[in-house]
Amino acid sequence: MTIFTDTMANSSLSLPIMEPRDADCVIEARGVNVYYGDFRAVKDITIKIQRRKITAIIGPSGCGKSTLLRTFNRMNDLIPGSCVEGEVFFEGCNIYDRDVDPVEVRRRIGMVFQKPNPFPKSIYENVAWGARINGFRGDMDALVEQSLRQAALWDEVKDHLRASALTLSGGQQQRLCIARAIAIQPEVILMDEPASALDPIATLKIEDLMRELVRDYTIIIVTHNMQEAARVSDYTAFLMMDKDRAGMLVEYGPTDQVFTTPRDKRTEDYITGRFG
Amino acid sequence: MGESVIQGFLLFSGAISILTTLGIVFVLGRESWLFFGSGQVDLREFLTTTVWQPAIDRFGILPLVNATFMTTTIAMLVAIPLGLSVAIYLSEYASARARSLLKPILEVLAGIPTVVYGYFALTFMTPLLRSIFGRDVVQIYNTASAGIVMGILILPLISSMSEDALSAVPRSLREASYALGATKLETAVQVVVPAALSGITAAFIVGISRAIGETMIVAIAAGAGPAFTFNPFKAAETMTGHIVRISGGDLSYDSIDYNSIFAIGLLLFFITLTLNVISRWFVQRFREVYE
Repeated sequence: MTIFTDTMANSSLSLPIMEPRDADCVIEARGVNVYYGDFRAVKDITIKIQRRKITAIIGPSGCGKSTLLRTFNRMNDLIPGSCVEGEVFFEGCNIYDRDVDPVEVRRRIGMVFQKPNPFPKSIYENVAWGARINGFRGDMDALVEQSLRQAALWDEVKDHLRASALTLSGGQQQRLCIARAIAIQPEVILMDEPASALDPIATLKIEDLMRELVRDYTIIIVTHNMQEAARVSDYTAFLMMDKDRAGMLVEYGPTDQVFTTPRDKRTEDYITGRFG
Repeated sequence: MGESVIQGFLLFSGAISILTTLGIVFVLGRESWLFFGSGQVDLREFLTTTVWQPAIDRFGILPLVNATFMTTTIAMLVAIPLGLSVAIYLSEYASARARSLLKPILEVLAGIPTVVYGYFALTFMTPLLRSIFGRDVVQIYNTASAGIVMGILILPLISSMSEDALSAVPRSLREASYALGATKLETAVQVVVPAALSGITAAFIVGISRAIGETMIVAIAAGAGPAFTFNPFKAAETMTGHIVRISGGDLSYDSIDYNSIFAIGLLLFFITLTLNVISRWFVQRFREVYE
């Protein structure tokens, strides 16, 4: 597979920077619409994601939270019939430009999914695989250890790295998926309800881990759990469906402000539990 | 009342296939018993010598086994790479439109009578091989031609079973791979295929069983005389081909020649049975649990 391994070698995005860079802004979406066939799932969203912060996207079920998250690393490309309008700037360049390779985007913007989805390979191989296909040629053992330590999993698995990842518990599997994501050293980690399939203790571990990781990474998390958003995030974006069931951004700001003094009546209704 | 009638009918249907199998084993066993009990042949000579000439009481089955092994190997050399490629294309790359076009074509390929394949081998593949490698190298009847065409026959079987196995791999694994910056090829070859390996291996083994049991193509194109040769361009007769030729002639019942074909049949039965057992074991042993 040597022909595909050159991405990590030249890790600066191979594109001209077309916009002046805002030092605090990593991802900026402008006028993003997402369609699945004729159905518009996300309507005209404009948002700036802050560097080395946790941004939570909250809102009722089906309001397009996950869809919006997946536009940030072009995962929607993989769904047949989906189509994205508008611009998403990552470090100043539009990732939906025609000559941008989505594979390169996804290497720099990692993702953790709702349901833990480790590969049916060994624990070691789960972490090493992504780095290997991206051309990592350093000390793989060290990288695996470091990634597992960062994901707060090392002490639990260090004695059986060759065991199948599927022997781990759900919470351990999810932390393995986080280790796998950080092993390729992305700049942003997208998390799509990473704790929703886990028990409360495993959930707390994941949340603590996010607070650790945000020192080095920008994290965007989708959650339908408002307490979780309030506990872990620095910024909160509240999405809601309009009458055509298209998700739109109602309010976006520092988490404290959104939860204590929401500017929009609908945000207040939602966070006080009047609907959703 | 209605329920018990249905239950009885289903039990009856199941019993038929089991009883048929038992009947076949019984007949094969009885005739083979007569063959080995005749005193003219012993089991060791049967399994280890290389001359099969019933006229002079030489019953060494190795030339027939060897020819079967040759055609099967050649067929699998064609069918496994092509079949797996087709399966990967259909499951990972093809658009819905391409898939709806390609799958019926493959099904047609699987539906062509094997006698047609046999003459295709003899009148198309053999002349083709002879024009490539030379007429003095390639005999008119040869195992290469039969094997290649048999590979084409088995291709749809392998591709459709492998595609089922690939499609059963959950979407979440593919997404995990793409989210790590993997390309489509890396995802298909390094994530999806390994996750579907037990099903794919089972497909290969079923394909091998099919190749070993395939009769018409080898009877027409491979040759009509036992020959112990490893040269794929020479004529050789497979186990199935030999059974067809001998039983097609005027063979008197209860002669040792007649009994010999049951001994060959019994050996064939054991080979395919063993492969099926291995295939089942493989699926059980390496079945991927995804969560």
